[in-house]
Amino acid sequence: MSLSTKGIWKVITASSVGTLIEWYDFYIFGSLATIISEKFFPTGNPTTAFLATLATFAAGFIVRPFGALVFGRLGDLIGRKHTFLLTLVIMGGSTFLIGCIPEYKNFHGAPYLILLLRLLQGLALGGEYGGAATYVAEHAPANKRGYYTSWIQTTATLGLFVSLLVILTIQNTLSKEAYADWGWRLPFLLSILLVLVSIVIRMKMNESPLFAKLKSEGKTSTNPLKDSFGKKQNMKMVLLALFGATMGQGVVWYTGQFYAQTFLLKTCNLEPTQTNTWIGIALLLATPFFVFFGWLSDKIGRKAIMLTGMLLAIFCYRPIFTAMYNMSDVKQKQEVTSEITIRKILSAENPKDSIIFKTTVATYSDHSKLAQTEKYTQETLKPDNLKLVETKKIVTLDSSYRLQLISLVFILVLFVTMVYGPIAAFLVELFPTKIRYTSMSLPYHIGNGVFGGLVPFIATLITVTPGSNYLSGLWYPIGVAAVCLVIGTLYLTNKKDENVTDDVNEYIQ
Amino acid sequence: MNTIKKNLGFIWILLAIVAIGLLLQSAFTHIKPNGKLDINKPMPWMIIIIVFIPIAVGLGLFGWYALKGEYNRKES
Repeated sequence: MSLSTKGIWKVITASSVGTLIEWYDFYIFGSLATIISEKFFPTGNPTTAFLATLATFAAGFIVRPFGALVFGRLGDLIGRKHTFLLTLVIMGGSTFLIGCIPEYKNFHGAPYLILLLRLLQGLALGGEYGGAATYVAEHAPANKRGYYTSWIQTTATLGLFVSLLVILTIQNTLSKEAYADWGWRLPFLLSILLVLVSIVIRMKMNESPLFAKLKSEGKTSTNPLKDSFGKKQNMKMVLLALFGATMGQGVVWYTGQFYAQTFLLKTCNLEPTQTNTWIGIALLLATPFFVFFGWLSDKIGRKAIMLTGMLLAIFCYRPIFTAMYNMSDVKQKQEVTSEITIRKILSAENPKDSIIFKTTVATYSDHSKLAQTEKYTQETLKPDNLKLVETKKIVTLDSSYRLQLISLVFILVLFVTMVYGPIAAFLVELFPTKIRYTSMSLPYHIGNGVFGGLVPFIATLITVTPGSNYLSGLWYPIGVAAVCLVIGTLYLTNKKDENVTDDVNEYIQ
Repeated sequence: MNTIKKNLGFIWILLAIVAIGLLLQSAFTHIKPNGKLDINKPMPWMIIIIVFIPIAVGLGLFGWYALKGEYNRKES
């Protein structure tokens, strides 16, 4: 049931481009969260603050798995092609509309619309991945299923990369004022063009041959949700996929791709442009390894690669994050010069008060710099009453650290490629054709959206407990990956399902 | 191997119960009316509890299946 080489690349392109655009759409909301919050969720308003929190948490945790169920069911009932066309339209349309909504100061209903559109984005993302992975896998020859589906796996990282690139390009092209006024809308509006191109490409594709065959024989499932989760034979494989693979994969993916960035910017206080550029280079260098490990999984099996990735992550996270922290820790460096500047302005909120900014720029023997800005408020009538309200630290590393930092982030993303590269083929082969879309989408989105998405929340939770330090937040991904590693090692087999047969027991060790 | 897989089923059930307990205890400890962090707000906790409890039940069910020998490799 496989296609010619030219045909399979058409399938991969049509699926990957669309999935990449969906990831791009999902990420730009996160990347522009600060400006979205300023424009639509002003501070000091409890209702908008509530809606902002809901938009952040509900889109990933509730709506993504729900989207997996809704569109997974649809994909198993009417077909893969039309379902993942629909998810693309919903995602692209929602993203475009976010770029069109007037600001809160002109339209007080804006936060509700933003929330609704963000939830639609989450819903669409929940349906997209399973469709794309299933569609490619059902076209691929058995001995290249890992290799071909791994192209879908590159899209999550490339989508993040493209979103950052588009935002940075627009920021550098426009003036600061123009960007803050209307330029931030461009990444959202641009989405409609990308989506239209992708829709045209996908419209020309045929239905998956395996699904088309089932449909012509009248063997499709009439109730995919019941068949997936209501029957023990399949439900036990859904649980095995979740706790033996996607749960660990999700936390390793999130830690390498997002938590590392937050750690470098927030915990290490590194300069954002320098850090994001170096992270971008590491992401680009590591991306081909999704394909490499997908290809390798066709040769040596999916389980071996994914679980090795988890094992390496468990043992290497603390040394890698310690090395990153030490690089930026100025207490371990020799200070050479220090320059202090003080600036005093009148407060815009209260003209009786002054705001004083004290900036200390220290240079160290390794040419790194620390700019520490302390913000004080001072009542004019009481000049001695200085109150420190905020301290900001920015560490700019010397370029001699570039290779070291890029290498460390590269290793983290390499673990991501090991756990993520083969997972599409693994999930596809685990479930029968008639309920594949539904069955694989749910564990994938719970693993990535819930277990992965919880990394920053639980990390914050751990770091506020007494006795914790800057590395304590890592115990969550390490713990989840360790449980997943044990379950995967004991209960999964490394055997590949050559024919995507419908015998679910083949994957039990 | 089959015996280990079966016996570990008990551990997965226990882990599911402990996870739910820890989650609820953490929510009660960290929700604060004037807190500024996400972990101090009730909304994220409500969402996480609603989503996580069925997942923990799923882990318990996985443990139950393991205990019943559902994941045992059939002798050929």
